[in-house]
Amino acid sequence: MNAHHHDDRRPAGEQGAQVIPLNTARPEPRIDEPGPPPSERHPLERRAAAGLAFLRRRLAGEYEVDEFGFDPELNRTVLLPLARALYERWFRVELSGQENVPADGGALIVANHSGTVPIDGIMLSVGVHDHLHRDLRLLGADLIYQVPMLGHLSRKAGHTLASPADATRLLGKGELVGVFPEGFKGVGKPFAERYRLQRFGRGGFVETALRANVPIIPCAIVGAEEIYPKLAELKPLARLLGLPYFPVTPTFPWLGPAGLVPLPSKWMIQFGEPMPLGDYGPDAADDPMTVFNLTDHVRENVQQMLYDTLLRRGPAFF
Amino acid sequence: MGRTVSSMPSAAARVVLVTGVSRFLGARVASTLQADPGIERVIGVDTVPPTTPLGRTEFVRVDIRTPSIAKIISSAEVDTVVHLNLVTNASGPRSKVKEFNVIGTMQLLAACQRSPDMRKLVVRSSAAVYGSSPMDPAVFTERDEPVEAPTSGYAKDAVEVEGYVRGLRRRRSDLTVSVLRFANFLGPGVDSPLTRYLRMPVVPTVLGFDPRLQFVHEDDGVEVLRRMTVEDHPGCFNVAGDGVLLLSQALRRAGRPYVPVPAPSISTLGDLGRRFAGLSGFSPELQRWLTYGRVIDTTALVGELAWRPKYGSEAAFADFVSAQGLGRSAPLELIDRLGAALGRG
Repeated sequence: MNAHHHDDRRPAGEQGAQVIPLNTARPEPRIDEPGPPPSERHPLERRAAAGLAFLRRRLAGEYEVDEFGFDPELNRTVLLPLARALYERWFRVELSGQENVPADGGALIVANHSGTVPIDGIMLSVGVHDHLHRDLRLLGADLIYQVPMLGHLSRKAGHTLASPADATRLLGKGELVGVFPEGFKGVGKPFAERYRLQRFGRGGFVETALRANVPIIPCAIVGAEEIYPKLAELKPLARLLGLPYFPVTPTFPWLGPAGLVPLPSKWMIQFGEPMPLGDYGPDAADDPMTVFNLTDHVRENVQQMLYDTLLRRGPAFF
Repeated sequence: MGRTVSSMPSAAARVVLVTGVSRFLGARVASTLQADPGIERVIGVDTVPPTTPLGRTEFVRVDIRTPSIAKIISSAEVDTVVHLNLVTNASGPRSKVKEFNVIGTMQLLAACQRSPDMRKLVVRSSAAVYGSSPMDPAVFTERDEPVEAPTSGYAKDAVEVEGYVRGLRRRRSDLTVSVLRFANFLGPGVDSPLTRYLRMPVVPTVLGFDPRLQFVHEDDGVEVLRRMTVEDHPGCFNVAGDGVLLLSQALRRAGRPYVPVPAPSISTLGDLGRRFAGLSGFSPELQRWLTYGRVIDTTALVGELAWRPKYGSEAAFADFVSAQGLGRSAPLELIDRLGAALGRG
C-alpha cells in the first residue's frame, strides 16, 4: 500500500544515484581483472569502478536496444531515476493493487489520462518498474514523435506510437503495454471536468487486446489532475505552435518558467482486477458491438475506480 | 509451395541475365552465380565495363533504357533476369538517375514480358519504399503501406519500379517474381552515401532525433539474391540483419565524433560539402532516414528461406567499422586508463 517500501533488487539506502551491478551481461570484465575480488574492495571504489564501466559502455555504444528503440540500461540508470525523484518526493505516489498485474506475459493496462502535460505516463512507468519489476511499454500520441528530443527519449524509455501494429507486436512479445484511450481529450480537459473520463477513443485498444488474447487491467491515476489545473486555453497560440492546446493555469504562463513546476499534489495509482477476454475469442475483435460494449465496460470500471480512489486519497495536496 | 517447384529441373535457372553488373552488388552476384555449375550462362549487362574480373560471366555493354536489351534476352534465350540496376547513389544529375532507374526498368520488363523463355524475375528494391516519418509503425512488414510515401530520390524510383513489376506479374502470371526490399548495405566493399556519411571527419546528426537503423551485410545480400535466383521464392520480402542500432550508438561504436545540428542546417552542410569538398551531400531521403529511421520485419524472408542472415545489423556494422579501420575514440582511451589505474589501486 505504501510507495516507500523499497525495491529489494536495489541496495537499501540509496536513492538518486544508483549503483550499477558490476559485470552484468558482460562477458569479459576488462577493468577490474588485476584488482581484488569486488567483495573485498572499498564500496566507494566499487562505485567508482562501476560508474566508470557504465560510462565506458555508453561511450563505446556497447548496449542493446530493441526494435522499438528501447534502451533498458539508459532507462534504468538515467531516465527512471530522474522521474523517481518526482514520484517519491514530489507526488508521494501510493501504488495499490499490484497483485492484479501479471508477473509475466502480455497484458494491457488501460488508464485515465490527465494533467495538461502527460506526466501521468512517466509516473505510471516508474511505479510499474519499481513495484512490479516490469518495463511498461506505453503507447503515445504521434505528436510526441514529431517533437525533437521527446520522440527519441520516449522510444529509449520503451514507449512507442499508439498504433494497432505496434501494440500487437509488443503484446505478442509478452510485454506489459499501457494505453490512455482518452488521448489529448483526457490530458487537455479543463480543471472543472477533473476525474470525469472522456470518450475512450474508438475502442482500438479493446480490439488489439482481443486479437492478442491478453487481459485488460483497468488503472486509475488520482492526483495528476491537480498538477497543472487548466483554467483556460489560448486557441490561436495553440494553432500557431501546432499543439492540441495551449494551457493557461494559475501559474502558467504568468510566472514564466516557474509556471512549469507542477503543483505537488498527492497521487494514488490503483490497479483493478484484470478483465480476461479469453471467453470472447479473437473473432470478437471483428464484431463492433462486442468491442463497443467492452470499451464501455472498461471505461465504467476505470471511472468507478477513480471515484473510489479519489475518496480514499482525501485532500489533494497533503 | 515454392520449394516443390524448385526441385523440378525444368524450373532451374539456365541462362541468367544480371543488370547493373559493373557496380558492386551486380558484380558480386554475377561472380557468385557463374560459380554455380547448374547455371549454363551468366550474362552481365551495364553501360560501363566491369572493373573486376567476373569469371565466365559474359559481359554485354548495353543501355537497358534502349530496346536492344530485348534482343539480348530473346537471342540468348534468357530464362532468369536478376535486376540489380537500381541506382541508390546520388551520382550524377537526378534526372539521369531517374531515367536509368525507371525507364530502364520499363524497357527491361517490356522485354521480359515479350520473351517466351522467361521464367523468373528477381528485383532488387529498397526498404526506402516505406518512407520515413514520425507516424510510422515501429516495424514495417511487407503488407504495410508507407505512412508518408517517398516523394523524391531513389526511394520514389523504387516505388515506381515495384509498380511496374506488379504490372508485369499481373500480365505474366506464369513468371516467378521475387522483389527484395533491402535495408542499407554495409560491409568492407560497400561504397554508398551512408558509408561516405559515416566516414566524415565530424559526423553531423539531426538535433533532437536518434533514428533506429538496420543494415544488411553485403555477403547476406548476395546470398539472398543467389537463393532467390536458383530457387523459387515468389513474393515480396524485406531483407535486413537482425536487430537495430541507434544512430548515436552506431557512431559511438565506430568511434566517430558527431555533432547534432538543427535539421535545416544539415542540408546546407550537405550542399557545402558537395560544392567544395567533393562529398555527395545529403539527399532528402537520406536526411529523412537519418531523422526518423526505419525498421523492417524480416520474418517472411526467414520463414521462406528457412535461413537467417549471418550478420545481424550490429555485426554488419562492426564488420564495416573494422574494415574501415575505425573504432576506438579518445574519451574511451582515457576511461580505460582511468579504469586500469583504479583496478591497480
